[in-house]
Amino acid sequence: MIPILFLGFGGMLVASALMVVLHKNAVTSALFLVLAFCSLAGIYLLLQAEFIGLVQIIVYAGAIMVLFLFVIMYLNLGIDVESGTMIAFRRGFGWMAGALLLLFAVLLARRGWSPGPAAAAMPAQGSGNAGAIGKVLYSRFLFPFEITSMLLLVAMVGAIVMTKARRPAGGESA
Amino acid sequence: MSGLMSNEVFQVALWATVKVLIILNVLLGLVTYLIYAERKICGHMQARTGPNRVGPLGLFQTPADVVKLLLKEEFIPASANKVIFHVAPVLAVFPAIATFSVIPMGPPPMFVATDINVGLLLFLAMSSLGVYAITLGGWASNNKYALLGGLRSSAQMISYELAMGLSTIPVILRSGTLSLSGIVDGQAASYLIPGTRIPLPGWGIFHWYLVLPFVIFMITAFAETNRAPFDLPEAEGELVAGFHTEYSSMKWSMFFLGEYMNMIVISSVAITLFLGGWHGPGPQSLGLLWYLLKLFALLFFFIWVRWTFPRLRYDQLMNFGWKVLLPASILNVLIASVWIYWRANG
Repeated sequence: MIPILFLGFGGMLVASALMVVLHKNAVTSALFLVLAFCSLAGIYLLLQAEFIGLVQIIVYAGAIMVLFLFVIMYLNLGIDVESGTMIAFRRGFGWMAGALLLLFAVLLARRGWSPGPAAAAMPAQGSGNAGAIGKVLYSRFLFPFEITSMLLLVAMVGAIVMTKARRPAGGESA
Repeated sequence: MSGLMSNEVFQVALWATVKVLIILNVLLGLVTYLIYAERKICGHMQARTGPNRVGPLGLFQTPADVVKLLLKEEFIPASANKVIFHVAPVLAVFPAIATFSVIPMGPPPMFVATDINVGLLLFLAMSSLGVYAITLGGWASNNKYALLGGLRSSAQMISYELAMGLSTIPVILRSGTLSLSGIVDGQAASYLIPGTRIPLPGWGIFHWYLVLPFVIFMITAFAETNRAPFDLPEAEGELVAGFHTEYSSMKWSMFFLGEYMNMIVISSVAITLFLGGWHGPGPQSLGLLWYLLKLFALLFFFIWVRWTFPRLRYDQLMNFGWKVLLPASILNVLIASVWIYWRANG
């Protein structure tokens, strides 16, 4: 059952990720990215990481991508027509990235699709892995966790200051 | 055939399908008569009778409306984004139905579709996906009123989601689990008011630190379901019909269905978190009855509020969400965590 579901979610993930880069319409690309996040969440669920899976949907699909869509809709981007001098560079870069990916795939295939020794299975707790993650996050990784939150706060304040400064001088300028 | 029936995976899938079909049909029936109830209650609040022509007491009014909507011509604007225009109404209904899979409607295992250990997170995830339906519907219509309605709604739902998420944290702190069945179990035992002999049910709402979260949760529930007084996405005075201006026929009714299903789902979550779930006086077998009674009471509350309060202005809505609800819920998380820690260790 689980291998079948994994194939389904994995196939959906790869297909939607490809559509993100291949589709010409920016809004549709963003929607395929949402679908990619949701299929990734499905894979997390199959790995019994329910907390990470659902937080993935809440944070990425539910919050960040909505803001992305917001911006894309405001900009009202037309269909991306390939033109200009950058195109040769873009194409070349794409071929290089593709070749690198193929190399990784070949390497992985030669090792039977497992990059390293299999990790030991996490014991299932009564409260799921939310409790376990919380304990680790607030003890061993407390400092990086707090630093990250400070970083986000700084970014938020910075964004507010930057948008405030654009107001005309007559109003309540920052 | 017998080999298939004894296959464990097949049995799980079969039972899941049966439960899903039952839930889906009961939900659709509930929505039908919720619409009827809304029109009746609204009528009586405005000194009218409401629908009373089709069938006895007008009971067949909504089924007749459904038939009408199914037979109506479907109109798609020429400059609309066809695919997204079709996808948006589906997205309006899907999150509500998906959330219902984790809501305990009665004593387990009979009345619980599934009990996953992060049920509350599933509810939050699905309600955060609900934004897409309205935003995309508004954008794909290629109509300025629809777009404005859609953008307003995404701003509103993102802002109120934060307060909603934070208002559920004291509940999690009290019960120590994210599973909705676990949260309901934690409210089963009754307790005596300290210093007196008056027993109180162990429902969330009867704990002083959960009263404010309940109020905040209900306010944000109105905003998340786009119901008055927070129905700015479809403010007809300024936006024609908001995000569904260009929708007609069955696609329009999908949005309508989504709104009412969301009402039922969010009321069910409120019952689960704060009103003791299916618990009530009497034997356990009355669980479903108690759940339905509480559900109908909350749904009546939704309708009552809609026909009582005027709509908020957009800036008032944003100010209220960010400057009142969010700080209040953060403060409450702080107070509740200190209190719970002190009770456990002090």
